[in-house]
Amino acid sequence: MGILDKFLKTSWGVHPHEDHKRPAADVPLRGLPLPKRLAVPLLQHVGAPAKPLVAVGDQVLRGQLIAAAQGNVSAPIHAPSSGVVSAIGPVTAPHPSGLDFDAITIDLDGEDRAVEFTAVEDPLMLAPEEVTRRIAEAGIVGLGGATFPSAPKAQLGRKHAVRTLVINGGECEPYLSSDDCVMRSNSNEVVDGVRILLHATGASEALIGIEDNKPEAIAAMRAAATGIQQIRVCPVPARYPMGSDRQLVQVLTGLEVPAGARTASIGVLVNNVSTCAAIHRALRLGEPLIHRIVTINGGAVARPGNVRVPVGTLVEDLLAFVGLKETPARLVMGGPTMGAALPHGAVPTVKGCGGILALTAAEIAKPEPSPCVRCGSCARACPMGLLPMEIAARVAARDYDGAEKLQLDDCLSCGCCAYVCPSNLPLVHAFSHAKGEIWKRAQQKKRNEFTKQLAQARIERQAREARERAEAAARRKAERAAQLAAEKAAAARPQETGA
Amino acid sequence: MFIAITSLTLLGLILGTLLGIAARVFHVESDSVTAEIVAMMPGTNCGQCGLAGCQAAADALIEGTAPATVCPGGGAALAEAIAARLGIPLGAMEDSGPKVATISEDICIGCSKCAKACATDAILGAAKQIHGVLDEACTGCGGCLDLCPTGAIALQPQAQTLQNWNWAHPLAA
Repeated sequence: MGILDKFLKTSWGVHPHEDHKRPAADVPLRGLPLPKRLAVPLLQHVGAPAKPLVAVGDQVLRGQLIAAAQGNVSAPIHAPSSGVVSAIGPVTAPHPSGLDFDAITIDLDGEDRAVEFTAVEDPLMLAPEEVTRRIAEAGIVGLGGATFPSAPKAQLGRKHAVRTLVINGGECEPYLSSDDCVMRSNSNEVVDGVRILLHATGASEALIGIEDNKPEAIAAMRAAATGIQQIRVCPVPARYPMGSDRQLVQVLTGLEVPAGARTASIGVLVNNVSTCAAIHRALRLGEPLIHRIVTINGGAVARPGNVRVPVGTLVEDLLAFVGLKETPARLVMGGPTMGAALPHGAVPTVKGCGGILALTAAEIAKPEPSPCVRCGSCARACPMGLLPMEIAARVAARDYDGAEKLQLDDCLSCGCCAYVCPSNLPLVHAFSHAKGEIWKRAQQKKRNEFTKQLAQARIERQAREARERAEAAARRKAERAAQLAAEKAAAARPQETGA
Repeated sequence: MFIAITSLTLLGLILGTLLGIAARVFHVESDSVTAEIVAMMPGTNCGQCGLAGCQAAADALIEGTAPATVCPGGGAALAEAIAARLGIPLGAMEDSGPKVATISEDICIGCSKCAKACATDAILGAAKQIHGVLDEACTGCGGCLDLCPTGAIALQPQAQTLQNWNWAHPLAA
């Protein structure tokens, strides 16, 4: 980072001195032998969980729809292999809390029989809406980790008339190389997926951003994209968090995404390379998203590398396949900076899982935190231009409004600040806590509004009921009076005739 | 009979008009801060604070006879908001987090007493049927607890889910 960089304000981010990507990245892609059992979660995406369509005891085939999308932002779930549904219920979620979420457990029969896939000869001849519909039906979500359903994203792109697609091959987190592996081994699939996505979104160009620490991927992608005018492969400097959409967009297009807005608002749509490969398979082969490439890495792994894994495979089955040199001190799903620590190995992999790390005690060793010395390293490292030390001071004092005023909302939780902090302060932890608190307060407020409405409705209902009761009583009284009068009249008449 | 009706009607009309005029002339502006505090409160008039509803609690807060933590239903978030609005100390507070009522199905006899009394209609059920609580509508006011003849209702902390789970406060930061 020279003086010029400082003036151009591009000094964000960090350069982890050892990215641990190799040798795992250079090992050829392996396929996982079918495990005995898969636990396919119903919530593997941003939005509403999918709704199960099968019952316990049902026979399912590979690619069969087993849970339907619910609502606009959601994604369906398909069976990754053939077998019998043995349970629909809670399994441990890949989440630091160790809480449960619902999954469909399938006991595999090992035959891997598939449903018939409906392939499309030439997806580029289909209407963009039809392409989007097929992407939605295939259950494709953003495979970079954010897991936003791809179909609504493409719709968003059309709505905002985006010009540029940014294809994210940044993969900046240490240890991970699944996107690298996809670009090296399936570069043609990725490029074809990009063409389909260009067609679906109506964008006029696609920029594939790849960090320059992946020369093999850059070469493979360049070869695959030769002769396609709309697609350009753009090497970008290796710097964490280059794989964050806002940072990659800024480096590739020079445009900055406004705070609180999506990239679509400035005419750019970001998609991950693995997502593009999945889109290719969904359209050309008709195959839904049922497996993905996962990097298995970390000091405790005997044979690290990239493995093609059916969605829902338990982490312990994956670790058994690659072998362990020692008992890992920590299991992580995702990367070391933004991934989630797992409570144990009986956790299913999900669509957004790009890596499983089995780390040794030495790898996760963390010195004791000491007081902030206000050096400002964190502010220099923050890719969003925030002031982490100021926000952390507010959070420490539980002044969440103050933290919000300092734009805590823009924090990516990338961990650059904590990485450079000489006092080893748990900054990301503090920010995650504060974000959770702020969310809880907003929820509580909404709840209060809701219960107030309910209470009001009840009061109105009781008043109405009382009024109706009074009216009914009055009516009955009137009827009785009329009846009495009639009886009286009837009793009086014979007397009259008699007289 | 006719005289009685006429005189009473006239009397009512005259007194009513007088009252109406008096209400206009001697109109007292209600304290806007009280209204603000009432708006912040759950508005269920559950009476958990020991006062006659949310308006009374707000009045007591303004008078300074109630602490910021007066409203158990509103929880920590409301207490902090009130303390910030009125500039009063928050004071020590035992906040065990939001709670919801739960009905034990084993001993519920379906008497419907709780369902009728619930201020937010959070309890579902009909006579001689097991009752259930809608978590998102329950304010945890506890108004139903003493009504249950079999003691089937208990307040329990809201269930932790992947959505509402949060990291603990890092004291060192």
